Amino acid sequence: MIKVYTSSVIDASADTVWAHIRDFNGLPKWHPAIAESRIEGNWPSDRVGCIRNFHLRDGGNIREQLLTLSDYDYQCTYSILESPMGVDNYIATLKLTPVTDGNRTFAEWSAEFDTPSGQERKLADSIGQGVFQTGFDALKSYFGHR
Amino acid sequence: MQRVTRSAVIDAPIERVWEVLRDFNSHDGWHPAVVDSHIEGGEAPDQVGCVRNFHLRDGVHIREQLIALSDTDHISTYCILDATVPLLRYVATLHLKPVTDGNRTFWHWQSTFDTPPGREAELIEMVGRGVYEAGFEALRRHLRTGGDRRPRPLVPGAPHGGEMIGQAVMLKAFGGTAQLSFDNIPVPAPGPREVRIRQAAAGVNYIDVYIRRGEYRMVKPPAPLGMEAAGVVIDVGAEVHDFLPGDSVAYACGLPGAYATLRTLPADQVVPVPTGIDAETAAAALFKGMTAEYLLHRAHTVRAGETILVHAAAGGVGTFLCQWGKHLGARVIGTVGSDEKARIARDNGCDVPIVSPDYRFADAVKATTQGRGVDVVFDGLGRLAERENYESLASTGHWVSYGHATGALPPLDPGLQSAKSLRVSRPVLFHYTADPVRLRAMAANVFAMLERRVLKVNLRHRYPLSAAAAALDTLESRQTTGSIILFI
Repeated sequence: MIKVYTSSVIDASADTVWAHIRDFNGLPKWHPAIAESRIEGNWPSDRVGCIRNFHLRDGGNIREQLLTLSDYDYQCTYSILESPMGVDNYIATLKLTPVTDGNRTFAEWSAEFDTPSGQERKLADSIGQGVFQTGFDALKSYFGHR
Repeated sequence: MQRVTRSAVIDAPIERVWEVLRDFNSHDGWHPAVVDSHIEGGEAPDQVGCVRNFHLRDGVHIREQLIALSDTDHISTYCILDATVPLLRYVATLHLKPVTDGNRTFWHWQSTFDTPPGREAELIEMVGRGVYEAGFEALRRHLRTGGDRRPRPLVPGAPHGGEMIGQAVMLKAFGGTAQLSFDNIPVPAPGPREVRIRQAAAGVNYIDVYIRRGEYRMVKPPAPLGMEAAGVVIDVGAEVHDFLPGDSVAYACGLPGAYATLRTLPADQVVPVPTGIDAETAAAALFKGMTAEYLLHRAHTVRAGETILVHAAAGGVGTFLCQWGKHLGARVIGTVGSDEKARIARDNGCDVPIVSPDYRFADAVKATTQGRGVDVVFDGLGRLAERENYESLASTGHWVSYGHATGALPPLDPGLQSAKSLRVSRPVLFHYTADPVRLRAMAANVFAMLERRVLKVNLRHRYPLSAAAAALDTLESRQTTGSIILFI
């Protein structure tokens, strides 16, 4: 089991950041690696159990299922159903916490998964940096630096 | 039930913040509201169940018990047993998390408690503002001033961060080494954007000789001497976010004053030193290494296959230009003053060492380049070698004049310049290092090359700081090879 943990500080209130990212079908709106996304079966995108089906800009197709969504905790959890990345039992959590000192947001994005041996480092990097940190960088630049 | 939550980001790695906060009895050392604290019964301050017994500045007396401590999750949970303020059923949890983006720390501090009716607002304010928010600010200050790196003060609350007394090599008047003295100097506490460094080594460079003689008017005597040094940060100003006490650092540009035990200077001029590089190596290599860096990568961009001419190829900057130029794939031709120095130059990557004690090398350069000449001359010689350098350059070559060991290079005749379509540059290191972002990048390149053993420092001459005059005499004799440093 591999664990990847990435965290950052976004220069906007947790309410504001959460409103920008809570839509499970909204990745193309804020994450630069995601080209387009749809929710299978016409489910609402905030219904636990819904499946998002999206393409990466480099062409890969991924299906992910929403497992938990909490507006109270600013947190969602999802799993990968199908992907070209070579990961099994992949569960990820995206969570925001208010930073009361300065009205900013502490953002955490973590994942646990299995992968064939030898691929651990490469996948941990591509997920931690390529997906999570890239997303945080996009949020930081969207909400502006201080 | 009342709930108070406060959170903040601290500009320090989580290990460093946790080292302070996991100690249940540390708070009287950093929190301004706490005047004295002890652990009852002599128990260890990380023993779950231990009780801390303390007073607040306004006289309130509190006993708190540690009820959970996790070094893996960076959590400390505690409750109030007795207090002279009515905080009832008070349980607090302090939780740290790493901010991986920037190696900082997120600090979450939360408690629940009951109060007598009507006193809610007052007690929420006392806990949230007086304890938690004041604590964030106080811990930041504690780390900035190196409070966690000092032994606990014998007198709690003893002042620190004021002026210190150091020693420095002072230039009394322009001239020879007889004009140097070794004196006590006041070293002020760092201003908002400054750091104070306890120095471990200072590098000795030829520019120090020029400054001492008054040829470079960078100081007005009496003034301290020395361009570069390395050491450890003691304390930092309130607006410094990229250094903390305990960090290994070096610097090589700015005002002279590096021949000193302590130094306060702008954080913008300081660069971090990687853990694999010791202070003496950093002090010996940074100034000469950044000179080689900007000559090979910025004043000119050396490409594989180019032929470059390096003077004093066995000297400090010369050996770096040979080592690094060779690594970049250039053919390196070097001039030296003796057969012994030719051997040293060859050992450092010089393909063709030319022995020319009288600065006559153009014929040999022509001969080894089939009459074509070199693409670049890195000219630290100046006036006496002017004609030879001109003759050594290939058509469309680049004359990079960065020093004047034999006197200032006069302006080049435009007719001569156009006769070969020469490019002539007269770069100055300090213009390249004036931008702090570029300075960091240049220093990082130098340290990376040292770690990869592309650049190698020959630390042959070590003198104590008080013997700086002898070190400068050695350098000026031009009989030596290898770097000279002053250890502190």
